[in-house]
Amino acid sequence: MADIHLDSTVLAALQDVMEDEYPVLLDTFLADSEERLRLLRLAEQATDGQGLRLAAHSFKGSCSNMGASLLAGLCKQLEEVGRRELLAEAPELIEQIEREFAIVRILLKSERQRYRR
Amino acid sequence: MPERLSILIAEDSAADRMLLATIVSRQGHRSLTASNGLEAVALFEQERPQLVLMDALMPVMDGFEAARRIKQMAGEELVPIIFLTSLTEGEALVRCLEAGGDDFLPKPYNRVILEAKINAMDRLRRLQDTVLQQRDLIATHNEHLLNEQRVAKAVFDKVAHSGCLDAANIRYLQSPYALFNGDLLLAAFKPSGGMHVLLGDFTGHGLPAAIGAMPLAEVFYGMTAKGYSLAEILREINAKLKRILPLGVFCCATLLNISFQRRVVEVWNGGLPDGYLLRAAGGARVPLISRHLPLGVLEPAAFNDAYEVYPLELGDRIFLLSDGVLEACNKQGELFGEARLHEVFAANRQPARLFAEIQQALAHFRGEPQDDVSLVEVSLVEEGALSRPPLAFAGSGQGSPLDWSASFEFRGETLRRFNPLPFLLQLLLEVQGLRPQGGALYSVLAELYSNALEHGVLGLDSTLKCDAEGFAEYYRQRSSRLARLGEGYVRFHLSVLPEPGGGRLIVRVEDSGPGFDGRAILEQQLALDSLCGRGLALVRQLSERCTWPADGRGVSVEFCWQAGA
Repeated sequence: MADIHLDSTVLAALQDVMEDEYPVLLDTFLADSEERLRLLRLAEQATDGQGLRLAAHSFKGSCSNMGASLLAGLCKQLEEVGRRELLAEAPELIEQIEREFAIVRILLKSERQRYRR
Repeated sequence: MPERLSILIAEDSAADRMLLATIVSRQGHRSLTASNGLEAVALFEQERPQLVLMDALMPVMDGFEAARRIKQMAGEELVPIIFLTSLTEGEALVRCLEAGGDDFLPKPYNRVILEAKINAMDRLRRLQDTVLQQRDLIATHNEHLLNEQRVAKAVFDKVAHSGCLDAANIRYLQSPYALFNGDLLLAAFKPSGGMHVLLGDFTGHGLPAAIGAMPLAEVFYGMTAKGYSLAEILREINAKLKRILPLGVFCCATLLNISFQRRVVEVWNGGLPDGYLLRAAGGARVPLISRHLPLGVLEPAAFNDAYEVYPLELGDRIFLLSDGVLEACNKQGELFGEARLHEVFAANRQPARLFAEIQQALAHFRGEPQDDVSLVEVSLVEEGALSRPPLAFAGSGQGSPLDWSASFEFRGETLRRFNPLPFLLQLLLEVQGLRPQGGALYSVLAELYSNALEHGVLGLDSTLKCDAEGFAEYYRQRSSRLARLGEGYVRFHLSVLPEPGGGRLIVRVEDSGPGFDGRAILEQQLALDSLCGRGLALVRQLSERCTWPADGRGVSVEFCWQAGA
């Protein structure tokens, strides 16, 4: 089911709140997420455990708000890795996050299509 | 409908920020957004929003530090901060609260919960606002009240301190703000050198209790200075208070009239606790009991000015107290009461320590000091022992009348009800040269008048007064004969004559009695030092000349003065 990638009830609630601004919210999330991923990679390359933790924490928060629960779960694991300075496990997790985000992006793009006038 | 708030949103994720801003705007509020703590602090300073939604972890400056700075800037005003957090560890939540957070909103955001929390925080914020406003209002009112009390006390001190509470024979204890407990203590020298003392206790507290003190003090001082008697002053105070005070406000009071020459005290007690006459010899305590309603209760026609008269010896003390002493209450709800007061009296060895011992006993009884008691003690001393200020006059004395004579005759009904002395004294003190002798003049006139009235008109026998029982009998007879008085007169012939460099006053007093041999009485009085009147000896001592016409029907005294003396 697509709901583990992107929860349709959460999207329905967001649509209800945002009304006409809903597509803008989706665009904003996608752009913001690209930036988060870039920060994650930078922190990993710099072996900055604390930086990794903060970036993962922020990304986790916005993923949960968008209903991307699997992605939020992966971010949570990465946050924990950063907190415990287990940097060897970071590359593998970041790769998983990138793959999951690719799926979420496709799903959001198609959601976005439905609202193109 | 809650008022429109401006709400600061500090959140580093653009999508979350947008989502929150939209929820807040849909709820009807104005949103301000910041993407990190530093921006949030700057925006708060600039826009002063009423509520803050604050992400905990943000770049540049985190939410904890931003919350601390915002709370500091907000000061006493409550600016609720709701932390936005997906932090779940207890320690992190504690950090939010320690930084000044008032509530949490977990991610993912729920619109309904966010709205409810904003409304709840807004209620809290307005409650705090109201509390602050009311606190400031109360502080202003209190400041106002204290200021009014300061002004009232300053005015009252001007009125009350024209008295003689600092005379050597008076000891007293009163809280500086006794006035606002309704307590009032007044003392004034009479023109004759005696003394009036009043201890009063108005009902109630605060300004209503203090307000009646002003007219009371004015009457007390004004009439005492003009030579009015205790009974006349009581009548006037009662009538005035009755007229001006609202129903239920009155003044419990004891008035004393002490004559150092005659060595007697007149006592009127309306509603105060028993005072005591403390005898120097033998240590007896004579209670001075309330026999009247307080001042300001009865209509003038129903008012009773009957007072009791007690002979005094040197060293005798009269002790008065307010009900603060007897009604002091301990933690068990018991009252201090008269029995405990008598124990203190009985244990007292040094009179000068009595007040301190009463205070100690009260503090011991209550477990803490009592500060609303009023105590006063007046002792009988030799008249010369007190230094008294010269009489004060309103007029300049210019155009003083120097060559005149006048005669007055006061008859039956008038003698019963009217005291002619203030009237005569006011007239005589128009003569500037007599003013420095005003006290002596008053004493002599008072003595001659009471001799004429008591012995001449009423036919009382002064030898009765040779012991305490006879003393009481004498005053009993005096009031019953006065009440039945139908005929009889007392005449004053006043004559003021200019003389080279000054002038002379001749006063002749006659009465309707059978006459008496003044010289013989004088001899007798000089020989005795007892409860008998010391009157004629005094007259002779105070006046320039004192002569008795051969027919015995009256007495003539003279006062003379030098111009500019």
